[in-house]
Amino acid sequence: MFELIGIPPQALFGQLLLGLINGAFYAMLSLGLAVIFGLLNVINFTHGAQYMMGAFGAWMLLNYAGIPFWGALVLSPIIVAIIGMVIERTLLKRLYHLDHLYGLLLTFGLALILEGLFRRQYGSSGLPYNNPLPGGTNLGFMFLPNYRAFVVVASLVVCLATWFVIERTKLGSYLRAATERPDLVQAFGIDVPRMITLTYGFGVGLAALAGVLAAPAYQVSPTMGSNLIIVVFAVVVIGGMGSIMGAIVTGFGLGVVEGLTKVFYPEASSTVIFVIMAIVLMVKPAGLFGTAK
Amino acid sequence: MSSATHPASAPATSGAGSNVMLLFAVAAVAVLLVAPFGVYPVFLMKVMCFALFACAFNLLLGYTGLLSFGHAMFFGGSAYICAHTTKVLGFTPELAILSGVAFSVVLGFLAGLLSIRRQGIYFAMVTLALAQMFFFFCLQAKFTGGEDGLQAVPRRPLFGVIDISQDIHLYYFVLAIFLFGFFVIYRTIHSPFGQVLKAIRENEPRAISLGYRANQYKLLAFVLSAALAGLAGSTKVLVFQLASLTDVAWQMSGEVVLMTLVGGMGTVLGPVVGAAVIVTMQNYLAGLGEWVLVIQGVIFVLAVSLFRRGFVGEVIAIWQQMKARKANS
Repeated sequence: MFELIGIPPQALFGQLLLGLINGAFYAMLSLGLAVIFGLLNVINFTHGAQYMMGAFGAWMLLNYAGIPFWGALVLSPIIVAIIGMVIERTLLKRLYHLDHLYGLLLTFGLALILEGLFRRQYGSSGLPYNNPLPGGTNLGFMFLPNYRAFVVVASLVVCLATWFVIERTKLGSYLRAATERPDLVQAFGIDVPRMITLTYGFGVGLAALAGVLAAPAYQVSPTMGSNLIIVVFAVVVIGGMGSIMGAIVTGFGLGVVEGLTKVFYPEASSTVIFVIMAIVLMVKPAGLFGTAK
Repeated sequence: MSSATHPASAPATSGAGSNVMLLFAVAAVAVLLVAPFGVYPVFLMKVMCFALFACAFNLLLGYTGLLSFGHAMFFGGSAYICAHTTKVLGFTPELAILSGVAFSVVLGFLAGLLSIRRQGIYFAMVTLALAQMFFFFCLQAKFTGGEDGLQAVPRRPLFGVIDISQDIHLYYFVLAIFLFGFFVIYRTIHSPFGQVLKAIRENEPRAISLGYRANQYKLLAFVLSAALAGLAGSTKVLVFQLASLTDVAWQMSGEVVLMTLVGGMGTVLGPVVGAAVIVTMQNYLAGLGEWVLVIQGVIFVLAVSLFRRGFVGEVIAIWQQMKARKANS
């Protein structure tokens, strides 16, 4: 076997793969945040908690209802999305006319409630979730676990499908139009409030889907969301929320960078994304794919 | 933030009004002077530390319109420096607090320089991310003691001579610091500088077009707020003899937001009331464990949905309504 700058290839590609998986979650979460922010003008702080609920949904479906991973992959995001839409209808809706900061504060409060409830019920330590795709393939230079490959491919497909729907279909054009001028779109006879609710549901569902995918890869724990959401915020600041493709590229890219940092300088792996954020703020304050403001 | 969400700070133009204010201030100080004989002094000191922290935060949110979601880094960072200089380097309390505040100023300058490059919602996210970076730094750095934090920080004599090892003695030192910090904030808000900050809050492009360098004002407000948050954090170390990761965690940043929101952002006394309410609640509910988080979340949701003006803000609004009614009749 060859060695790369003193690093065994097994470790290098293993960390790269882990980075890609993290990147997949960053991409899906920042995508959801961007879609929600575009239409609702709310930064959804609950996003991390909803990701956590997606993972717990899968765990509960398995342990209480006997529904395996593949069923949960569909069911759990739908359930979490419905809960999200109820929240939008009852609470968030009242804040649209106010400053964006109130939306942030409300969703922060909701995140505390959800995290507190789950911690109360299931404790702070993680619960295991069995790998639905055990085994793997030996690629010669590294061993590729099946499930990890599945996560990367599945999230890529989901991200690209979302990009396609928003940028290339009629439904997406309504959405983009409503992002620019909701009043005008409403005047054309499109039910914008319903669209807002569905969009929120979609963004939340995306977070929950990431959560289900994360359940077998990591442990299911009540704090998994709050730790992740802050990193995702940094990802969003780096990428800017202007472009869907930008969110996907930034998410995966930063995941890989983080993975590589783990190989070459492990001490910095937890802070590298924040450091990149600081550099981007100095060089291009609007973010890599962002527009001014 | 829009002007509609902010109660106008009571104008102190009429002579009678300022007399009432002065009387109120004297009465409040008098109550604080005798309070430790009736109430557990450590509790009062905790309230004052968090009240100062919330006031410092409110200077930024309420008067400049910047929502920082990372103020724990100044509070906790200063606490670590104060604890370290006291415990390891043998500094006296006033020097330790000064070094903590100096650290906050430097950190606030750096964080402010970066975060004021973005506005509104992005500002909140940037400060949160920077604070999280600082959290990881504290987790890994040697001198912070990692998960254990710095425990059993000694209460050395003040200026090398005045004994503050007794809670009741320390109380008056903490009270002096609190009143000093509160006075600095009060003076800042009511100075021409404070007026410019409010102008930036209400309409930044207009303030810029009037010739004010908004970014310099924002940065100065940020550093001042960080310094006072640091003052609160260092003082907290004297009270609890402890600096730990809790002080720099994002939950702490959230707590100070909650205190300010509950008390009333953009009001002078709001953060003090908010801090008293939240600290009292935490004291009584400490036994409930995880429910505290849930209850804090519920208060957040209720405050944002129903009482956006906060406690003091609502009181001021009612008072002004009554005054208007009296003037009409």
